[in-house]
Amino acid sequence: MSNQKEVLVRMTDIDKYFPGVHALDKVSFELCAGEVHALVGENGAGKSTLMKVLTGIYQKDGGTIEVMGQLVEVHDAGHAQKLGISIVHQELNLMKDLTVAENIFIGRESVKNGLLDKKAQNERAEKLLNSLGITIPATANVGRLTVAKQQMVEIAKALSYENTRVLILDEPTAPLSDVEIEELFKFVRNMRDRGVGIIYISHRMGELQEISDRITVMRDGQYVSTLITRDTSMDEIIRLMVGRVIFEQPKTKSMVKPGAPVVLEVKNLKSREVKDVSFHLYQGEILGLSGLVGAGRTEVARLIAGADKRDSGEIYRDGKLVNIQTPADAVEVGIGYLSEDRKRYGLCLGLTVANNIALTRLNNFINGIVINDRKIKGVAGEYKEKVDIRTPTVDTRVRTLSGGNQQKVVLSKWLVRDCDILIFDEPTRGIDVGAKNEIYKLMHELIDEGKSIIMISSEMPELLRMSDRIVVMCEGEKTGELSIEEATQEKIMALAAPRK
Amino acid sequence: MSLQNRNKFDLQKLLAPSVLVILYAFFAIFGKNFFSSYTLKTILESAYYTGLMSFGITFVIITGGIDLSIGTNLMCSAIVGGVAYSMWGWPLWLALLLVPLTGVIFGFLNGILVAKAKLPPFIATLGMMLVTQGFGSIISRVQTQRYPTIGTTDAWFKTVFYRAGEFPTGALYLLAAFLIAAFVLSKTRFGRYVYAIGSNEEATRLSGVKVDKYKILAYTVCGLFCGFGAILFASTYTTATPGTGNGFETYAIAAVIIGGTSMAGGSGTMVGTLIGIFIMAVLRAGLSSMGLQGHWQTFFTGVVVIGAVLMDNLRVRAAQKVKVRN
Repeated sequence: MSNQKEVLVRMTDIDKYFPGVHALDKVSFELCAGEVHALVGENGAGKSTLMKVLTGIYQKDGGTIEVMGQLVEVHDAGHAQKLGISIVHQELNLMKDLTVAENIFIGRESVKNGLLDKKAQNERAEKLLNSLGITIPATANVGRLTVAKQQMVEIAKALSYENTRVLILDEPTAPLSDVEIEELFKFVRNMRDRGVGIIYISHRMGELQEISDRITVMRDGQYVSTLITRDTSMDEIIRLMVGRVIFEQPKTKSMVKPGAPVVLEVKNLKSREVKDVSFHLYQGEILGLSGLVGAGRTEVARLIAGADKRDSGEIYRDGKLVNIQTPADAVEVGIGYLSEDRKRYGLCLGLTVANNIALTRLNNFINGIVINDRKIKGVAGEYKEKVDIRTPTVDTRVRTLSGGNQQKVVLSKWLVRDCDILIFDEPTRGIDVGAKNEIYKLMHELIDEGKSIIMISSEMPELLRMSDRIVVMCEGEKTGELSIEEATQEKIMALAAPRK
Repeated sequence: MSLQNRNKFDLQKLLAPSVLVILYAFFAIFGKNFFSSYTLKTILESAYYTGLMSFGITFVIITGGIDLSIGTNLMCSAIVGGVAYSMWGWPLWLALLLVPLTGVIFGFLNGILVAKAKLPPFIATLGMMLVTQGFGSIISRVQTQRYPTIGTTDAWFKTVFYRAGEFPTGALYLLAAFLIAAFVLSKTRFGRYVYAIGSNEEATRLSGVKVDKYKILAYTVCGLFCGFGAILFASTYTTATPGTGNGFETYAIAAVIIGGTSMAGGSGTMVGTLIGIFIMAVLRAGLSSMGLQGHWQTFFTGVVVIGAVLMDNLRVRAAQKVKVRN
């Protein structure tokens, strides 16, 4: 199919260096008009870097870029736009207090006699939205829209530049529900049929099969292969991504030892978002916490971890009532919380790997009043090996690491603290298949060491593969509890869906 | 790679000191009588009290906060000590104990307002700036407070804290304060938490660190340094006048910024602050040696502050562009 079609973008032998890292090593990539070209690879494989080179955010250190047959140097994001390349980032960049129309035309407002012409601008926006088949009023406040609708606005904004021929979607489905994903796909196909070339970055294998025409695989900053989607299997793609075959299968029976003691029990937890939730956790158990986005799972975790104040409810640790009011209290009784948003809640990005790891237990690294930096680095070095954190040194700032490696630093923090109960909130979000499996393996090692885990996850296969028991929540309430023997995706969904 | 890191580290460390050396050399060549031990002493002496404030506020700024009340807190502490000495008739040594205590109390209050009452540091300490200034006037009944000078009773005060014959004793306190501050910031748990809080307060809290406690401590330590600064101020000028003191903080903060500490928090060093202090002191003495008086010094201090931050931005951007090929 690609041989007759117009080539929109051709990147050849792109090189990019960062301090200590050869981020892109002679990578080539090609996008045709009217195709959805998926770009996949583990975290740190160089997908984002490649896209940043294409959109002018980074400058390449070698190789060539052709856009519609012309050799170009992309200077900055504005220049990329002029060349017809638009990107919708994973984190949406919208001004929540402005209207849809104002967001779309920011910087290019309709003007009459030197004043803003809101009416004309709204009409322009309506026309654009209609032409794209998006049913959102142009005058709506963006902050009031669902994330899915906001994303539509962002895409509409990208396409409002009339010359846009290349649309890059970076993990577009991460915040969306299944219905919304279907809607997005319809939209993407529509764009494709109009001759737009779409570069689609995602970790979700199932999606790629549904939406993409071709798939380019990257690994460790290198180009691996480009395949035609319908002629290839997902196992093949995953094998190319990680360089080995991975079998994913659900757990069939609970691994908890009979008669294992209850290490944590929560009774009638209540807060603004959490309505009377009770459950318990056995030693050596992985308790899955399932539910749709907004079901209150993270909120429950934050109450247990002392990150938020609860209105009422009791927490028992090894059968004893404990008074958890702050994270320090929770850590004191051996409860560690690994947030889903590691950059906001998990890491001090400006500090070194070693200092981040030592943060939960600085007292262990003090002689008298003096911090023993050598000891900190030594222990950090051990975890660098044990958890396989890929960083030049433990003195490297965490900011410069890839997502999967940052997650390993967060994990190391809590391993250093030696908490007996770990709450993993979406531990593999935004992490590639290979790193995922490493995290799973680490979780199993923790269980073998006698620790207990609560795992929040939105991915059913992950829950079914890891959990010994699953608690399901919906709209702040606990709607059910399933043993792993009886749990199926259908049963979980039935409990997670709001009953109205 | 580790070599690469070390090179970058050195370069960053060398920037501020080389500016200091260049400035000094410049004035030594072009200034009148600048290159003399007398001027060197002047430079040192003018750095005493600003220096102490700068050390203190470095902690606060690295947590991502700010303390606008340091100048008036210093003056208020000096006034309180003066009142105890001359109006209440306390022995000097006891009055001198009250000075840092006053500084600590106001610093602690700042900490409570910021950490517990969750006021933005700018607002809390702006309020405290007015409170300390007013408090100094109230307790002294708007009378200028005098500390003993050479030839009066308790003349030891000047000798011990300012100058013994030709020897600038105050410089010893400046040095001691620097060593203590640098040690605390880089080698203690409190110091490490200061960086962590400035880098990501919420992540630090979730790691089980009692963030509120350490923020209060940062402001309290800042107050303590202001209090010690007040003693050095009193020994240098021997008077403490109600209604003054605001404006000092501008110079103290400027020194910290020139020293490379980020106002966003999370990074900075005490050595940088020390160099920043001396860059400003050299500038002050140097400009006056060229016949340029106060208003010129103010003007150029501003230029240096802006220039320092600009240079730092350029350096960071340049560092990001460095290509390392393995």
